[in-house]
Amino acid sequence: MEILLAIMTGVLYAAGTYMILRRSIVKLIIGIILFGNGVNLLIFLLGRITKGNPPIIAPELKHFADIYADPIPQALILTSIVISFGLQAFAIILVKRAYKVLKTDDLDMLNTLDEDS
Amino acid sequence: MKTLILKTASDILLPVLLLFSVFILLRGHYLPGGGFVGGLIAAIAFVLDAFANGLKNTRKIIKIHPGFLMPLGLLISFSSAVAPVFFYDLPFMTGLWASGHIPVIGKVGSALFFDTGVYFVVVGVSLTIIFTISENA
Amino acid sequence: MSENIITYPLIVHLFFSIVLMFFWNKVKVQKIVTIIGNFVALGVAIAVFIFTWQYGTHVVNAGNWEAPYGIVFVGDMLSATLILLTAIAGLSVSIFSTVSIINARLRFGFFSVYHFLLLGLNGAFLTGDMFNLYVWFEIIIISSFVLISIGGEKNQLEGAVKYFTLNFFGSLIFLTGLGVIYGLTGTLNMADIAVKIQHVNNQVIVDVCAVLFLTAFAIKSAVFPLNFWLPASYHTPPSAVSAIFAGLLTKVGVYALIRMMTLIFPQDPFLMNLLLVLAVLTIISGSFGAIIQNNIRKVFSFLIICHIGFMIGGLGVFNVMALTGVIFYLIHDIIVKTNLFLIGGVIYRLKATTNMKMIGGLYKSYPKLSLLIIVVLFSLVGVPPLSGFWPKISLFLSSYNTGNYWFLGALILGSFITLVVIAKIWSEAFWKNQPELKVNKRFIFFDKLYPIQKWQFVTPIVLLAIFSLYIGFGAQHIQALSERIAEDLYNSQNYIDAVLKP
Repeated sequence: MEILLAIMTGVLYAAGTYMILRRSIVKLIIGIILFGNGVNLLIFLLGRITKGNPPIIAPELKHFADIYADPIPQALILTSIVISFGLQAFAIILVKRAYKVLKTDDLDMLNTLDEDS
Repeated sequence: MKTLILKTASDILLPVLLLFSVFILLRGHYLPGGGFVGGLIAAIAFVLDAFANGLKNTRKIIKIHPGFLMPLGLLISFSSAVAPVFFYDLPFMTGLWASGHIPVIGKVGSALFFDTGVYFVVVGVSLTIIFTISENA
Repeated sequence: MSENIITYPLIVHLFFSIVLMFFWNKVKVQKIVTIIGNFVALGVAIAVFIFTWQYGTHVVNAGNWEAPYGIVFVGDMLSATLILLTAIAGLSVSIFSTVSIINARLRFGFFSVYHFLLLGLNGAFLTGDMFNLYVWFEIIIISSFVLISIGGEKNQLEGAVKYFTLNFFGSLIFLTGLGVIYGLTGTLNMADIAVKIQHVNNQVIVDVCAVLFLTAFAIKSAVFPLNFWLPASYHTPPSAVSAIFAGLLTKVGVYALIRMMTLIFPQDPFLMNLLLVLAVLTIISGSFGAIIQNNIRKVFSFLIICHIGFMIGGLGVFNVMALTGVIFYLIHDIIVKTNLFLIGGVIYRLKATTNMKMIGGLYKSYPKLSLLIIVVLFSLVGVPPLSGFWPKISLFLSSYNTGNYWFLGALILGSFITLVVIAKIWSEAFWKNQPELKVNKRFIFFDKLYPIQKWQFVTPIVLLAIFSLYIGFGAQHIQALSERIAEDLYNSQNYIDAVLKP
């Protein structure tokens, strides 16, 4: 399971980096989303995987009796998913708006600022 | 997208989903659930309605602008977070618990108010985003 | 007084942000509320500063959860100073933005987002938890995305796309580093990480982790190979926005680097060398970039990069004297850089352009304003009694004493080129005769404004200039403060003990 997840993380990072390096803005956003998913998977992986042991204490116990899943990585991932949800929503609106105003999807065309200094 | 099946189903699903979202919200303190998930479910209920009956109709059902829910929810969360600072001189966001047991809800504490605030913020934010995107599409 | 006071800056900004959201469409009310809010924030920041100065480092456990498990807010001298500076810069920029930004933009909740930005900055300075730092960073960048793209003009959107991509990418790398460090140490509390990372045997992974954090913070603070987004985007939004960005956003990256270098990876020779090399390259690329530009705001953007190099290099030298220089420079830089962009805004309002080739004769037509501006420009260069001079003594001396001659050379080069650039601006924009100006009929020039609006333009600049002069002429106070902070940073055991309470 760990090996599979490690490979998956690597694939997501690689695919994300590849897409970020493309010239189209839409592909750039897709790349960032893939990269973000890779990061989430990495945190999940590095928080140690324990299968089938939720971090929930039975009502009669005062503390964890046996092996359990660490809840912190899950909290971290949840937080980062929420944050990237907001950012991605913003990004999509920004791209849409930029496309409307600039009439181009090509990042190489976004250099008009450097010319007119 | 106006099909009869979706329209009929969404009329029934809207109240059911809203009730379910409140259930998830209240369940959140000890079991999986909470304000964020509950808020998303409530937002989905309205989005489903918008799919079936059109955006104008959904806006009529909600009555207020969904953006108004954001400051409202933030205010509720904020007051529950600062109440311990100003009334008990405890650190920011310390949980305060009322004694006694209320049926259905269970023990009431500042965490419940915080979650309720989150619920409103999430509903407001998601609906604002989705409505904005679908109106300009 | 209770130690809870160190979280009050957060509460104030969050409260005013929520209040402003209720007045979404009423711009006039918003203007008044935001200025009141920033005055309250300034008062609270002064109280926090005095409290920390008198009673030392204090720790608040959020939610009353004990230190290594819950999130902690740590108010040490560095945090308190930066909060005070944030409040001063925030107040000035809020006064400036009430008049310099058109109402159509303010109607999109500008001030509410502005308070969120300040909330994020204060939170980042206060938190003692790595993941919480990430969350504050996100609050900062989300607010800054909104501020940079509000209005949606063509060049603004171009800048916003670049700014957005690099900063989002930086946060993702930060998150990767967080994942690795959590896997290594099993904790997110900075003090706890500092203790536990010493027991990690695999130095290579620790270095990898350090480089991940360094990359993330370097993107935020525009260090050499990752700096190109800054001059591409900082001159596009309204001046008030770029002023707060220039003064504080890049400095948050520097703050995070300082915390990381002094607390989590102290005395790591690999990192120190890396930082010195990056600093030299940053200074060179920033200063040479500044010298070829003709747009005043672009020149200032490159100067930000150049002077970030000064601080990064001082951090790479890493002894008490160098850290003193870094802290002093940080204090000076926040005030002066904010002021520079406000001045850029005033020049734009005077001449409808910030291209040096097209303007001139400012000294002839506005002698008093020009004298005010030259004080700020000289502070930036570091003409002896003014504020930029004193931190450079510590930086020069410490780099000479430790034999970092490359960095010393870069410092001298950077300072010299700053002088050249300022001289160029002065002779082009102020002394040269006014060339033919293409007048846009609809543009509201400075002279046509009401007197009260003129004062709203000038007051923040005067306020910040007075503070700059105080840093220059009252240098012994700031030097004492910086030395105290540097000692605290160098002996990080105090910080760790304050948080973990052994």
